[in-house]
Amino acid sequence: MTEPAVEICNVTKLYSSKRGKRTEEVHAVREMNLSIPCGKFFTLLGPSGCGKTTTLRLIAGFETPTTGEVFIQGKVMSKVPPNHRPVNTVFQNYALFPHMNVARNVAFGLEIKRVPKAERERLVHEALELVKLADMGDRKPSQLSGGQQQRVALARALVNRPSVLLLDEPLGALDLKLRKAMQIELKHIQEQVGITFVYVTHDQEEALTMSDLIAVMKDGVIQQLGDPVTLYKTPANKFVADFIGESNFIKGTVDSESGGLARILVGRECVEVGSGGVSLKAGEAITLTIRPEKINLSRIGAGGPSGTVEDRVYIGTDTRYLVLLLSGETIIVRVQNGCGSEEGEFAKGERVTVRWSPADARLLKD
Amino acid sequence: MLYLPIILLIIFSFNNSTTLVFPLKGFTLQWYGQLFANRELLNAVGNSLIVGVGSSLAATILGTMGAIAMVRFRLPGRSVFLGVAALPLVIPYVILGVSLLVLFNEVGIKLSAFAAGLAHVIISMPYALLIVASRLVGFPDNLEEAAMDLGASYWGALLRVTIPICSPALLAAFLICFTMSFDEYAIASFLVGTDATLPVYLYSQLRFPTRLPMVVSLAAILMTITMAVMLFSEWLRRADHTSARKA
Repeated sequence: MTEPAVEICNVTKLYSSKRGKRTEEVHAVREMNLSIPCGKFFTLLGPSGCGKTTTLRLIAGFETPTTGEVFIQGKVMSKVPPNHRPVNTVFQNYALFPHMNVARNVAFGLEIKRVPKAERERLVHEALELVKLADMGDRKPSQLSGGQQQRVALARALVNRPSVLLLDEPLGALDLKLRKAMQIELKHIQEQVGITFVYVTHDQEEALTMSDLIAVMKDGVIQQLGDPVTLYKTPANKFVADFIGESNFIKGTVDSESGGLARILVGRECVEVGSGGVSLKAGEAITLTIRPEKINLSRIGAGGPSGTVEDRVYIGTDTRYLVLLLSGETIIVRVQNGCGSEEGEFAKGERVTVRWSPADARLLKD
Repeated sequence: MLYLPIILLIIFSFNNSTTLVFPLKGFTLQWYGQLFANRELLNAVGNSLIVGVGSSLAATILGTMGAIAMVRFRLPGRSVFLGVAALPLVIPYVILGVSLLVLFNEVGIKLSAFAAGLAHVIISMPYALLIVASRLVGFPDNLEEAAMDLGASYWGALLRVTIPICSPALLAAFLICFTMSFDEYAIASFLVGTDATLPVYLYSQLRFPTRLPMVVSLAAILMTITMAVMLFSEWLRRADHTSARKA
């Protein structure tokens, strides 16, 4: 293992704001420890106000930690101003310089580093080619579309060959189609240049699409760190399970546990769930979580909790059912259409049995 | 209708008579000839130009610094600062002139064109500050962050990004400060001492009826120049606003 690109050690960032005579203190980031490996596409994911942008600004140097230290490539950054850090940022609103044309925008960092003119022109051309804007060099930013401006911002940052590229919701202002296309392209560019990307977004789908590693944040605290598959399959808590994808949460009490298999009482019915290493006591209240697409519906009779179809929504590839369980809880079930299963559609008001394989459900302590 | 007096003035400046009454007697350029032969007057024009350029340069620089401080930093007591900075806008010039006269005497600044220039910096600085501040508010402050992110120091970011973007506003501020200084009479009359500026000189000449047509012809020239400058600075401001909106 090479040393991490960015390390955040015990960092807390406090904002104090005056409301009348009271001073309120807000923890934007709370005792964060994070190590971002070299050459990866790393994403900070969370709802707005969770501290992800603050974390990015701490790395860029626009904010200073209240306590703790930020290291970039093993060097402590506390005394290093933003202009001397080996990082570059792609800003949310692009922040292109309106009085310069595209080529001069991209050349800005190189000019400051006094790169000779010929070399500079070559690098600028390369960078613009990378983002497919090679023939737009003499346009003004105001003459470009949002997507093109976004690419210029990317080229302007990448041309400096930073050790770490910071991206603050760069696709937020683009329309859905363009955003999808840019997601793929960003990932390609990252693989091509091999620079560590630290990407901030609130869009979980975007994060899953692009990232090698995701840190899910809430209230200034990292809830879970993992690759997309781990986060989706084994969320560490209710927040992560809910924020990434769609989840059902069913309350129950522990009946018994043996050999990694827990029996949970939901209402008066018993379900089996893989205990996943969670230590359980009989009689303990617990929440089990299961993805809507992992649930099987069948006609009444087979073993499993039973319920009534409350609602049915056809969404093309899938059908979504709202099922009211006997315990009084409503769960969502997604059944894929096609392959002859269309005829298996259940009608509103029909009694059904829900089943899942014990390995697909997870137990979460509250 | 508004410009009728000005047009009259220009017509009379070519009239071959010492009294400004209709009917016109005949066309002459003699008043303009007198004008350019008058050394005292040319001196006064020179003084006015020096005071005007010097004071508006200083006012624009100070005003820009004030505007950056006000818009970009969360200073404690920002509103107090703005109020104090804008105070010269509402104090009558005669009062300002007298109080500066007293002050300059106390601290030993000699009455001169320099003293008048100093006073003009005080009265025109708020205009410069407000003009530049309105421009600064109009563009996102993370342009400076972006410049620093790309390796520029804070001052480098100001010089390479903030100032160029503000340059139309800076020029407009300079021109407005200059016109203010150029035709300011009340304060200058207290402070210039022997280095009469143009307005001070003109008032002193009004006592002599025969010189009146010469003064009128000078006024005609000044009007034309001032109007051209004002139109130019307004055009600059407009051009700037449209480009800002596009971006």
